[in-house]
Amino acid sequence: MDVVSLSRLQFGLTAMYHFLFVPLTLGLSVLLAIMESIYVTTGRTIWRDMVKFWGMLFGINFAMGVATGITMEFQFGTNWAYYAHYVGDIFGAPLAIEGLMAFFLEASFVGLFFFGWGRLSRVQHLIVTCLVALGTNLSALWILIANGWMQYPAGARFNLATMRMEVSDFSAVLFNPVAQAKFVHTVSAGYVTGAMFVLSISAFYLLAGRNRGLAIRSMTVAASFGLAAALSVVVLGDESGYTAGQNQKMKIAAIEALWNTEPAPASFTVVGLPNMTEHATDYAVRIPWMLGLIATRSISGQVAGINDLVAISAQRVESGMQAYKAMLGLRATPNDPTLRAAFEAHVEDLGYGLLLKRYTPAVVDATPAQIQAAAWDTVPPVPELFWTFRIMVALGFYFIALFAAMFWQASARQLESRPWLLRLCLWSLPLPWIAAELGWYVAEGGRQPWTIDGVLPTFLSVSSLPAANVALSLAGFVIFYTVLAIVEMYLMVRTVRRGPEDMMPLPGMQGHSVPHPAE
Amino acid sequence: MLLYEFFRLLWWALLGVLLIGIAVMDGFDMGTAILIPVLGRTDLERRVIINTVGPVWEGNQVWLILGAGAIFAAFPPLYGVAFSGFYLAMLLLLCSLILRPVGFKFRSKLDGTSWRGIWDAALFAGGLVPALVFGVAFGNVLQGVPFRFDEMLRMTYTGTLWGLFNPFALLSGLVSVAMITLHGATWLACKTEGPVRERARAAGTIAGLAMIVLFVLGGVWVTQLDGYVLQHFAGVDAPSNPVGQAVVHQSGALMANYAAAPLTWLAPLAGIAAAALAIVLLRGARHPVLAFVCSGLAIAGVIATAGLSLFPFMLPSSLDANASLTLWNASSSLTTLIIMTIATVVFLPVVLAYTAWIYYVLRGPVTGEQITRDTHSAY
Repeated sequence: MDVVSLSRLQFGLTAMYHFLFVPLTLGLSVLLAIMESIYVTTGRTIWRDMVKFWGMLFGINFAMGVATGITMEFQFGTNWAYYAHYVGDIFGAPLAIEGLMAFFLEASFVGLFFFGWGRLSRVQHLIVTCLVALGTNLSALWILIANGWMQYPAGARFNLATMRMEVSDFSAVLFNPVAQAKFVHTVSAGYVTGAMFVLSISAFYLLAGRNRGLAIRSMTVAASFGLAAALSVVVLGDESGYTAGQNQKMKIAAIEALWNTEPAPASFTVVGLPNMTEHATDYAVRIPWMLGLIATRSISGQVAGINDLVAISAQRVESGMQAYKAMLGLRATPNDPTLRAAFEAHVEDLGYGLLLKRYTPAVVDATPAQIQAAAWDTVPPVPELFWTFRIMVALGFYFIALFAAMFWQASARQLESRPWLLRLCLWSLPLPWIAAELGWYVAEGGRQPWTIDGVLPTFLSVSSLPAANVALSLAGFVIFYTVLAIVEMYLMVRTVRRGPEDMMPLPGMQGHSVPHPAE
Repeated sequence: MLLYEFFRLLWWALLGVLLIGIAVMDGFDMGTAILIPVLGRTDLERRVIINTVGPVWEGNQVWLILGAGAIFAAFPPLYGVAFSGFYLAMLLLLCSLILRPVGFKFRSKLDGTSWRGIWDAALFAGGLVPALVFGVAFGNVLQGVPFRFDEMLRMTYTGTLWGLFNPFALLSGLVSVAMITLHGATWLACKTEGPVRERARAAGTIAGLAMIVLFVLGGVWVTQLDGYVLQHFAGVDAPSNPVGQAVVHQSGALMANYAAAPLTWLAPLAGIAAAALAIVLLRGARHPVLAFVCSGLAIAGVIATAGLSLFPFMLPSSLDANASLTLWNASSSLTTLIIMTIATVVFLPVVLAYTAWIYYVLRGPVTGEQITRDTHSAY
């Protein structure tokens, strides 16, 4: 494999691995804050024991999230050096601000969360827990501002003098509509994950007939929080789709396997087998009107099909060639007004011109066939997107149903009445992670062939490294991460099996020689 | 002074502050980790040592993450060249940095001797390897590393992993390890009691003396090294692009700034004097906190020495000197530097304030009794 594929594989694997821990941190931090608020307002110590028990699991998970997060930040430099140069002026700032504003907050206070029980008053400790949750969520905000900019690069322009993209309007980067929609969708998905985690493990205890007090209370909190989160994931996921429909037409067309633009409102393909060679979807089952309604929120709006979008891409590739040609000319004669004008006219399409580098390094001598090939490169893998998206959405609706059922049971104080429902909760544990990983595949796989949509092709973004080095690091990560995953799973399962009893003697639960201000 | 020139200088200085922040804040828990096998004779003693940094290492590590993020945002080409050029070394660093969080969290979850022994080794590596790699990296930056740019400003690096571990760079690495170990020892002298504290004082004395000797040796060596001189360039407020500058090699050029501005001698002198004072205070045993402050100052002096020797270079190229990165040709746009400055001015004081409060809450030594009492929640 070449450096590009290896680097993509490494980034994809390490990112997906990192995101095994992130959503649970997001969700559990908020659940811990909720449980501790109940403890502080009611003064019932069982709620504090719940915070300590779930906090122990939170801690194991948090350490892995921190550890694997460093890899993500470093890789922009180690494996994507040209990307770092080309867009660092815009992309670096949200990452740095994330560190300053959010990551310091969550990481500084998480230590006090664990070690501050005996040193802080109840209210102080609650504030610490809330700050951890706040920091975690702000951290997601900044990283999604950075990611949103990759999907929809607003507020930036190419600077010929520095050969890179530079900020032209930072507020457009900050208030990027894609970033806003993605933030709420991703954070809600994290809340669903946290709620499912608590729900499943509580179900495990109820089925085993142990720790009933803790399990029933935990389940009640998780069911209500989870229901709200699951509703928000689907509603805001739709918002995310709507903004993508405005900004990333190709992604929407690929997700829906919409090959040809249909008369408005377009029909929605429920299932089918998208065929990349025939440019058609076999065995498609369609619902009339539905896609037009979702994507444009009107009955008159048109949803562009892949074939038509490729034709537009071909025009932009040709325009990008002109920009590239003018750029080369300006390097020789920097003040030529005609070249300057030509460059300004086509610079928006420079990224499309760069797509030709895969076929001809000189770009300007591309043949019509090469232009067509580059234009078809702008189509992401349709069958993969079509199916991952559908499974994700189905899981989203399943979460609403399950949380609603458990919410009903909890309201009726009948959580233990239907063991099959508890078993369903238990076995649903991995589903939020599957949905989240699929969601990332849709978002980032659907962004291909770009790292920055329409601006920088993925194959140009990599570092100039020997493939052997990347193969070595990839193999290293696979081995190292697998070992860590086994250890982490073992500790998690062990902690759950031993349960809250294993934490005894908790300060205050069995009497204690040292006075605790928290009591 | 031109606006762009001012912000470039400011971010060059802030980068120094961040590197010092990493070495001072994350440095003491790395130093502590290095000292686990040296100072902890029993499992309980090792747990005491680990728990002195238990509640704070996560916050400290953010200095490192912020440092990398700030280089990315303020000097993107430097980020790309340094991180991809030092690819395998970075990987080594990354693995050791990943071992640290999990080591802290996982070690005391199980009782087995071999389980804990493995994680003690992991924590030791998680302290030693970053300290060594950072020092080695500095040693290479001072000498220049082999890279060049093409016309699209795509960078190619031609060095190898083994090339990084040359004699001068190894010496820098040892300076770094000694300095971080001293810092860890002064921390442990503040946060432990009894035999561990006595051993920390002794270890700190040895590490401090080693640091001073190695640092002076490095300083003498530097006078003999080939440095770089910026002959002409596009200007202090020109767009960031190394094309069109002229740089030449010159023996002893790393000393040029000290000759031109004698005040800069304060940096290496502060490094040596503060380290010496830290040793004296450690011996006296009455003011361990002052010893900790002094070892922090020594770190600041050493890092400032390296930065001032290089100025205005950030990463010279030994392959194509004209491709060398300076603060004038490797920065972000003025807009980005201003945005970053605003963010720093607003948030850094807040960060420092709550960090200070957290250390205040956690004040006082960690004892064996505390660990035994909270055996399930302590690391």
